[in-house]
Amino acid sequence: MPKIHIPTPLRQYAGKQPAIEVEASTIGEALSGLVAQHPDLRRHLYTDDGKLRAFVNVYLNDEDIRYLQKDATPVKASDSISIVPSIAGGRFDFRL
Amino acid sequence: MLKIPQSVYDSLRHHGEKTYPHECCGVLLGQMDGDIRTVASAAPAGNTRTDSAHNRYNIDPKDLVRIQREGREREEDIVGFYHSHPDHPAQWSPTDLAEAHWFGCSYVITSVEKGKAVLTNSFELTGTDENDKKLVDEKIEVG
Repeated sequence: MPKIHIPTPLRQYAGKQPAIEVEASTIGEALSGLVAQHPDLRRHLYTDDGKLRAFVNVYLNDEDIRYLQKDATPVKASDSISIVPSIAGGRFDFRL
Repeated sequence: MLKIPQSVYDSLRHHGEKTYPHECCGVLLGQMDGDIRTVASAAPAGNTRTDSAHNRYNIDPKDLVRIQREGREREEDIVGFYHSHPDHPAQWSPTDLAEAHWFGCSYVITSVEKGKAVLTNSFELTGTDENDKKLVDEKIEVG
């Protein structure tokens, strides 16, 4: 089964597990399966209207799913899926 | 609290001097035990914000996936991040807070004045979601 790697801040909503295996043939099925197993993850991954949050990146092995087939991207049992919240910032003050 | 070996502390400060007048950035790996984050290593990352590198940073998620994988092989987790503020205080900015999403992790900021690292501070991202998040001062224990 494909393995989904959970980033450290979200493990508290995923039974404290660093990785979770789900039965899936696409990325969309894998993420749905993950959220079905761990419903507390939903609000951290998705907006109220069901879209993946803008700062949540999903990688299939080393590829961003946005540049593959998004939710329809096929996955194999040996694949590794990573959920990676973005890391950015800087001294720039957007309020100026 | 953030516990960090002297050599790693020195390396992240040096990174900020090397990239001056641009912001540097990188990932801190180690172990999390409740409120204590113990750093074992740091992974410098490239700043993808080449359009505004003097006051913005962004770590390529692809780098992060690799750093995370290499960390797993050493049984280390991501416990925080670091970046520099060239000619600006070592305090988080509104941009730092708006773009911080790793709850329970440390965000380390080093002020670099005229190319020399001055102050290094650390802040924990607390809260439960985007609506109540805060960057809170935390102690750094070096050594």
